[in-house]
Amino acid sequence: MSSLAPLSPVITSSEASKMLTRTPAVDAVGLEERAASLATRSIKRDAKLWALDLVIRCTDLTTLEGSDTVGKIVAMCSKAVRPDPLDPAVPPVAAVCIYPWLVPTAVTHLAGSTVRVASVAGGFPAGLGPIDVRLQEIRDVVAMGADEVDIVLNRSLFLGGRYQQAFEELAAAREAAGAASLKVILETGELGSYDRVRQASVLAMASGADFIKTSTGKIGVSATLPTALCMFEAARDFHRDTGRAVGIKVAGGVRKAKDAIRYLVVLHETLGPAWLTPDRFRIGASSVLNDVLMQIAKERTGRYQGPDYFTID
Amino acid sequence: MSSDQRLPVRRTAKLSIGGQFPRSESGRTFEVWSRDGRLLAHAARASRKDLRDAVVAARGALGGWASRTAYNRGQILYRVAEIMEGRRAQLEDELRDAGASDPAGEVSRAIDRWVWYAGWADKIAQVAGGANPVAGPYFNFTIPEPTGVVGIVAPPEPALLGLVGRIAPAVVSGNVAVAVASERSPLPAVSLAEAIATSDVPGGVINVLTGSPSELVPWLAAHMDVNAIDLTGCPDELIADAERAAADNVKRVHRAGPAEQHLSEITAFVELKTVWHPMGS
Repeated sequence: MSSLAPLSPVITSSEASKMLTRTPAVDAVGLEERAASLATRSIKRDAKLWALDLVIRCTDLTTLEGSDTVGKIVAMCSKAVRPDPLDPAVPPVAAVCIYPWLVPTAVTHLAGSTVRVASVAGGFPAGLGPIDVRLQEIRDVVAMGADEVDIVLNRSLFLGGRYQQAFEELAAAREAAGAASLKVILETGELGSYDRVRQASVLAMASGADFIKTSTGKIGVSATLPTALCMFEAARDFHRDTGRAVGIKVAGGVRKAKDAIRYLVVLHETLGPAWLTPDRFRIGASSVLNDVLMQIAKERTGRYQGPDYFTID
Repeated sequence: MSSDQRLPVRRTAKLSIGGQFPRSESGRTFEVWSRDGRLLAHAARASRKDLRDAVVAARGALGGWASRTAYNRGQILYRVAEIMEGRRAQLEDELRDAGASDPAGEVSRAIDRWVWYAGWADKIAQVAGGANPVAGPYFNFTIPEPTGVVGIVAPPEPALLGLVGRIAPAVVSGNVAVAVASERSPLPAVSLAEAIATSDVPGGVINVLTGSPSELVPWLAAHMDVNAIDLTGCPDELIADAERAAADNVKRVHRAGPAEQHLSEITAFVELKTVWHPMGS
């Protein structure tokens, strides 16, 4: 994306390994305390409406089910472009996030809109297939018209301590994605500690990822506020050290507008207003959108809303 | 330390939302005074956000409660009456403090009313529904189904019987309730909520809020996820606005006399579904 610094393999895998060893240890108690205290901040009225609008503009409307059909994607694309059919003031979402097979459908139905097409690739969700196949899948989805590619970090290599190899896989994926924006999923629920989250963030950012992303949504533990804070801090320090701005995507488990606003608060307090844009922050979710629409309607009408008056997705 | 020096352990009068007993999220309370001028308690004063949470809890409980067998619902509601009987002394004391003329009689009538309505659980379908004769090779059935989330504004008096007489007929057919108790005498409602919570009634089916109806009724009446509203205890000056707000999502609106015990109180909150079924050869 235009706001990001030009990409070049400025960091070699051995330099990345060094960055990893220099990664500071994370104070888990302090991290959780800070996330919890920021979560209590009250965002009301005009500020809330502004935040809800931003949440929509930062949403990657996602469906990653084996049962996804063309019809479901078509309906989701309509919703992505015009989330509230009765209110043209509600902005479109940032992107739709889908499986490769459905990319052509989404490309067709989003033509002429600002909504981007994001596809998972690279052997999602485990990312443990043969490397050639994974890289080819990335090239394929870009050729089909995906603007953004979400791939997974090879946790097997990373947790096994083979950082250079993990880095080289990510760098190859970066190259395969070409002009498309690359999001690297760390699957933080499988990493085991905040130190690991921080290291994985550094590894992915050093490899040239445009976004680092918390989770696939396919395991029990998805995005949490402290994990996101840990990644925000990693991005903040990476930006300070290298001058390169990397975006963050939180995914999985964000179901309520209130949760989404909490992420915005933590993001703003850690990375500042420059990150409050869809170019640098995304929320991967499906059900959160209706809750946001309900909250907007509540602010507008002054009455609590019910799901009967919003679409069933 | 002799027994008369013992510090009193007093109950905190709290709300009942989703099977839990939270304080008001606003932290507010109001003083409850007996008729002879003793401070009885600081009861939780529910805010509109407590009301919102109660509606969310009720909506979540609706599917499970409505899909239980009618017989099972009747058994569970009968158990509420049993537990109330065990708490009779407490309820009588609270009614006496609230200035009820016949506390023992009111508790008896309230328990009997639970039993009376509980018995209707597996009979309402036969009386309100039926097999309709039609001129064709079809069975034609009418089946009463619950309306959904019912908002209840309980009458100020009688504090216990009035509340029981509004909640029991609403929930017996499978509805779930968010009830705003008498502002003047909230303590019997708090005790009733505690009896309900220990009676196998699933959390969220009956939510009891204490506080000011004039503060809560406009939000309850306007709430788009509430399907019906019982305005029996609604202050007169709020009625017109509440009915207007209720019309926006076509809520059922009902008002009854404070002591009415009748089948019509149940049928006020059921929807009649009629289905045609081919008779076969």
